[in-house]
Amino acid sequence: MSASANAEFRTCPETGLKVHLPAEKLIKVNAVTAVIFLAVGGLFGLLVALTRWPAVHLLPADLFYLALTAHGANVLLFWIIFFEMAVLYFASALLLNSRLATPAWGWVGYWLMLVGAVLANIAVLQGDSTVMFTSYVPMKAAPHFYLGLIVFAVGALIGVFVFFATLVVAKDENTYEGSVPLVTFGAITAAVIAVFTIVSGAIILIPTFLWSIGLIGYIDPLVYKVVWWGMGHSSQQINVSAHVAVWYAIAALVLGAKPLSEKVSRVAFLFYILFLQLASAHHLLAEPGMSEGWKVFNTSYAMYLAVLGSMIHGLTVPGSIEAAQREKGYTHGAFEWLRKAPWGNPAFAGMFLSLVMFGFLGGISGVVMGTEQLNLLMHNTLYVPGHFHGTVVAGTTLAFMAVTYLLVPLIFRRGLVLNKMAQWQPYLFAIGVTGISLFMMGAGTLGVARRHWDMTFSDAVVSVSYPAGAFLMMGLNGVFAVLATLGGIFYIVVVVASILYGPKLGDKAAPKPAPAAAPRPAAIASYGSAGTLKLPGTAILVTVFFVAFVLYYYVNWKYLAALWPMR
Amino acid sequence: MTDTARSAGAAEPIPFMQRILDNPFILLFLGVSIPAVLYLMWGVMEVASIPVAQ
Amino acid sequence: MAVTPPTNRVWWNEPVEKMELVWVVIAFLWGLVMFATMIVWHIVGQQNLSTETYRIKPEAYVAKVEAMAEKFKVREEGSTGIPVVKPSAGSDVYLLGRLWDWWPILELEKGQSYRLHLSSADWQHGFSLQPVNLNIQVHPGYDHIITLTPTETGAFGIVCNEFCGIGHHQMTGKIYVVERR
Repeated sequence: MSASANAEFRTCPETGLKVHLPAEKLIKVNAVTAVIFLAVGGLFGLLVALTRWPAVHLLPADLFYLALTAHGANVLLFWIIFFEMAVLYFASALLLNSRLATPAWGWVGYWLMLVGAVLANIAVLQGDSTVMFTSYVPMKAAPHFYLGLIVFAVGALIGVFVFFATLVVAKDENTYEGSVPLVTFGAITAAVIAVFTIVSGAIILIPTFLWSIGLIGYIDPLVYKVVWWGMGHSSQQINVSAHVAVWYAIAALVLGAKPLSEKVSRVAFLFYILFLQLASAHHLLAEPGMSEGWKVFNTSYAMYLAVLGSMIHGLTVPGSIEAAQREKGYTHGAFEWLRKAPWGNPAFAGMFLSLVMFGFLGGISGVVMGTEQLNLLMHNTLYVPGHFHGTVVAGTTLAFMAVTYLLVPLIFRRGLVLNKMAQWQPYLFAIGVTGISLFMMGAGTLGVARRHWDMTFSDAVVSVSYPAGAFLMMGLNGVFAVLATLGGIFYIVVVVASILYGPKLGDKAAPKPAPAAAPRPAAIASYGSAGTLKLPGTAILVTVFFVAFVLYYYVNWKYLAALWPMR
Repeated sequence: MTDTARSAGAAEPIPFMQRILDNPFILLFLGVSIPAVLYLMWGVMEVASIPVAQ
Repeated sequence: MAVTPPTNRVWWNEPVEKMELVWVVIAFLWGLVMFATMIVWHIVGQQNLSTETYRIKPEAYVAKVEAMAEKFKVREEGSTGIPVVKPSAGSDVYLLGRLWDWWPILELEKGQSYRLHLSSADWQHGFSLQPVNLNIQVHPGYDHIITLTPTETGAFGIVCNEFCGIGHHQMTGKIYVVERR
């Protein structure tokens, strides 16, 4: 038994980790599938942005709404969840030196996800399921649209359980000492939220499917929305947990960074587990009938405890990088550690940009928009996609892109090719996404509706006009969407070329500066303690963040106070 | 039990909170039940308690 | 490292660096401030979304809108045939969202309060008053009542900002606000 099991392992020359080959294969397949869906969904995103660019206005209305539905499903669900499966298997089997509990079920989950994703795409492309990602009832899609999503979710749930089972196997077989690594703990957080997400999805999508084939007569639109967002918003919280775990992983693998404090970082993840999912209420603040108590409590993640979690990670991630850099001797001034960070390494550059942009663009705008009364200023305007392109694209997608540059050598055993292109990719993508996010938020502040084909209202009987500034914003949004698309194409070209034609690494380490696997003698012995740790750079960074946060928050209250009185 | 048995020298007991954080299934229970009660059930009750128009 | 198990078996008892503690406390307090701000605004603020809502059959709601429109119609909007309705101040004003317009056109007086009813005849819609930029979701089957006081005169557009099918971008409406007489 154990001999045959051992034959299924190789030892990673870079980290010394035992790599379970069936797990590795599942990681590869899920990651590659994810990238394919990113390419498809990204293309639809470009079409959407070019249509909303007033001077271009590319697609006719029906195709625009179709492309928007396809864009949402492919990137918000399929790209991200497939990649998260890869992250879960990596964080369990590989980081714990364990075998994957049951690769067979991992494959069952994978195939169900693939079939479901393809089915939903077919439904959308057939043109009779143009209902947007949210498919609010009583608007009805074709039955196989809902069925595709259900099958996809079942597959994802199986994958999540393979992850939990692997945790049990690793513990029983004593493949690691003590507690799981912090990155694995972040993956547990993502997996817990995934279970809630998928259960919520099942509760609402199964009846909706039955309604679409005529077996159920009525689905209440408000109940649908409450439960649907238990899935829709929580699925984005899986992303947050996963990409924070990826930040820690990249900081560790590239720079040998240690968490400042295991306790603080894990408690921050615990806040996510307990409270992050309550923010599904962000989508119901402008709804009839929901009481103030329910809205205020849920929208604030129970008194902003999940925001506290994010703000903690916002300190500990750069803090651990600063500590690791200072330990290497970059101690000059407040920011030598940051100036001399490996900015030419796309894994590090992508990770750090993701961290900064998630905080400043996605994080602050999310809290502001999720404030009960302030939501009246932004609900369903372009501010909403502006915000979540700051979280899901600048945060999650950029972090996942960054970690791919590590997975290619570690998992695919290929060196990166097209190095210049890889080096520029995170910057190009980050600039593009920053523009997308900021200009959509700007247009939203001027009132422009999201999911809307014609901001000139040329076909409307009663004319309405948006300010000229909004048209400028949407033009700039289109320009930056083109830049982001280029960044996305760079990513896909580099990854595909490296996997197919990169130099085979065999059992040698990659030519990149190898991650420091062995603990250094001068390590901050009991980290976080003893007052030896001075991190002035990080302190300045979080102070700037905090000031921006407070100012922007109250500026929006000032806007709100100018609104027509209502009660 | 195995935790304390593993490192012979470390007799220090694992603190309560660390035990919770080390148990993914407690986390799973908390992470599903808290939003299920506070967000989903409370939310559906809010909708259910909306009165019918005269 | 974050990819390896913690070095100390009992990491929970490790001391926490002071800088981290300070940040945790600041972030926690800031959360409390933001939480309190929402509650305080319910007491002192003028912009809080009403929760007054009733279940109603869409047909019944449409009937109420039509009755009001007939009673308070003052003119038609240009050559469109859409009635412009001027209900008396303080009264119940019904606005209907449907595929694909907001009906009827309303004329309100500045500084007067109205009980504005919002509901839909069919799918979900998004009431988006421009350039005021006030955005409220509208559901079929639910009559949502907001007591609104216009503070400026002019013609205000209503956009639909919830996707409602192929004519979504044509779905508009209007509210006129005139000086009090």
